[in-house]
Amino acid sequence: MTEVIATNETILVVGGGISGMTAALEAAETGKQVVLLEKRPYLGGRVSQLYKYFPKLCFPTCGLEINQRRAKMNPALRILTLAEVTSVEGEPGNYRVGVHISPRYVKENCTACGDCERAVSSEFDDEFNYGLSKRKGAYLPHRMAHPLRYVLDPRIIGSEDAEKAKAACKYDAIDLDDSGEDLTLNVGAVIWATGWQPYDANRIQPYGYDRIANVITSVEFERMADPSGPTGGRLIRPSDGKEARNVAFIQCAGSRDHNHLLHCSRICCMATLKQTTYVADAWGDDADISVYYIDIRAIDRFEDFYAKVRETTRARFIKSKVAKIEENKANGNPVLHGVDTEGYHRYANEHDLVVLAIGMQPSVPSDQFPVKLALNEEGFIEPAPENGAIFAAGVASDALDVNRAVQHATGAALKAVQVVNRVAGQEA
Amino acid sequence: MSELNQQMIEQYRTRFLQEVEANVEEGEWVKMCMQCGVCSGSCPLGKHWAHPPQEIFMMIRAGKREEVLTSDSMWMCTSCYNCIVRCPRGLPITHIMHGLATYAKRLGLAPKNQPTAKFAQLFWDNLVKKGRVNELKLGLSLYFMNGFGEGIKVAMKQQAIGLGMLRTKRMNPMEVVGGHAVKDLDGFHKMIRKAQELEDARIKQNAG
Ligand SMILES: Cc1cc2nc3c(=O)[nH]c(=O)nc-3n(C[C@H](O)[C@H](O)[C@H](O)COP(=O)(O)OP(=O)(O)OC[C@H]3O[C@@H](n4cnc5c(N)ncnc54)[C@H](O)[C@@H]3O)c2cc1C
Ligand code: SF4
Ligand code: SF4
Ligand code: SF4
Ligand code: SF4
Repeated sequence: MTEVIATNETILVVGGGISGMTAALEAAETGKQVVLLEKRPYLGGRVSQLYKYFPKLCFPTCGLEINQRRAKMNPALRILTLAEVTSVEGEPGNYRVGVHISPRYVKENCTACGDCERAVSSEFDDEFNYGLSKRKGAYLPHRMAHPLRYVLDPRIIGSEDAEKAKAACKYDAIDLDDSGEDLTLNVGAVIWATGWQPYDANRIQPYGYDRIANVITSVEFERMADPSGPTGGRLIRPSDGKEARNVAFIQCAGSRDHNHLLHCSRICCMATLKQTTYVADAWGDDADISVYYIDIRAIDRFEDFYAKVRETTRARFIKSKVAKIEENKANGNPVLHGVDTEGYHRYANEHDLVVLAIGMQPSVPSDQFPVKLALNEEGFIEPAPENGAIFAAGVASDALDVNRAVQHATGAALKAVQVVNRVAGQEA
Repeated sequence: MSELNQQMIEQYRTRFLQEVEANVEEGEWVKMCMQCGVCSGSCPLGKHWAHPPQEIFMMIRAGKREEVLTSDSMWMCTSCYNCIVRCPRGLPITHIMHGLATYAKRLGLAPKNQPTAKFAQLFWDNLVKKGRVNELKLGLSLYFMNGFGEGIKVAMKQQAIGLGMLRTKRMNPMEVVGGHAVKDLDGFHKMIRKAQELEDARIKQNAG
């Protein structure tokens, strides 16, 4: 049974990405009791799946590590993974929140030795690598996972593999009878930091993501560039494993389009500029980079980054939204068709690999919130008074980069602290 | 050049975008175009035109009045609707193209001997007469649009389709002598006249 002490002076944070971790730590470090719920088996959210951060081109892992250390040191912070909110009732200062915890089948005494993983044979798409590789039915979600604890895929439960995993564990850390749990928490304020998901590229029909192997998304490209990722950091084509030197990026894939997402996803211009450096770093003078864009949105301090990248990667910028992609059947090259706005030239350009700068949309669909919240047209949470003491943090509120998401999360923590302080004041 | 054209030039001077917004059907959408190029890239015929839709919209904003209104580009549009389906901003591109063509014609600037323009005129004349399109007559006049000899050649090629249509009663050979009309032909003509009056009044008002 999970022991969670929660009162109406407790702050609940939903979503353990960079925004949720920040909000939870900021609140806990003021001395408040905080419970952090994360749906995945580990913390960190989408940034743990990025290779480098713009604009400094440093590694996200270092920021995540600092947060994980802060979390470990703070007794006021309770973290629950594989946890989701099922219901929210009540009012500011007094909410009752239903929480469902899915079974992990692995107890806290797991040492991450990996014996169970070696013992099982079943394989599944690795969600951490967006399906670009496979992982075992007993697995560590990723190298740096926090908590550093294995997971059994529920699909192997009841199979021979489950028994094999259990038998392999020297520490008796595997509990095949784990059936999860349902809890009710009493909290004073809620911070909603459930983040984003990539827009479904299959819905952009003319780009053939579902038909053309060498058309991938920007989130997949991040995994490909990572030395600990599915290709060992080599930029290669999914169709034939050939080196991808001539790489095209298509901006606004699914964003700023009334057939898809209406909003500008705000980070994808910067993400592409960053990713052109991956190509340039990999191939040097042999890199051949094209960026197809409507306009490059590198706002305020990012303008310098844009200028620097243009110079160092020698990427070609083509002002045109690509109309359609076809495949050259002979060599698997995607062929991009469109009209260039500068001169109105019609083009049919071949590349080794095409990366769709895919849009960001809220991870929780508008109709699937366990509580009624004021949302904008795109499904992001509004800072509206009718949301009571439920505050959005990070990308749950709007498409933001990490820096802005973290600032926003700090603001959300402050609002939540004010609510529970009010409660404490009334009770004193 | 028509008198109306002169009046419009004086009225709007360099403000061609405003002229389009006020006088062209769906013209108020032109300023919403973000020049992404998807319409041009998706247009199956675009490569045969002088100016694809995206460029036409830019030319309107750049005040290239003469070039736009005398262009044959908008007459080339086949109403396939590819562009409308794809435009990220939801511009009714096809309708704007037709609106521009209509406006150009009204001002007497439409290119002479443009096949689509001729077809459109034949279609219209045919429609207005009886309130419905007489396929046989329209078909015949189309065949002979390019002269009699050419018409016979085309007609021979199309014979199979025409005979098929006769057999399945989709086309009545007697229509060539009169052709049946809509029930209330008088009412229909009144309606067309009224629509024309309203349209004329609007344009006249804009012409100052
Ligand atoms: C291709 C690409 C590259 C990028 N590169 C950069 C970069 O270089 N620099 C930069 O600053 N930004 C970059 N970004 C943006 C960056 O990813 C976001 O700013 C960041 O992920 C926002 O963090 P978040 O915590 O708000 O959301 P997320 O990272 O999405 O975290 C949300 C967390 O909530 C969890 N969750 C979701 N739903 C529930 C639920 N119902 N219950 C419980 N938990 C839930 C999720 O599992 C996840 O852990 C990039 C984005 C893309 C698409
Ligand atoms: S569950 Fe057991 S075998 Fe598997 S990694 Fe943990 S300690 Fe090792
Ligand atoms: S940030 Fe750039 S690529 Fe992303 S939607 Fe906005 S303009 Fe398009
Ligand atoms: S697709 Fe729409 S927004 Fe893009 S250039 Fe054409 S009209 Fe303009
Ligand atoms: S409707 Fe006209 S302008 Fe649009 S794509 Fe078809 S032919 Fe081209």
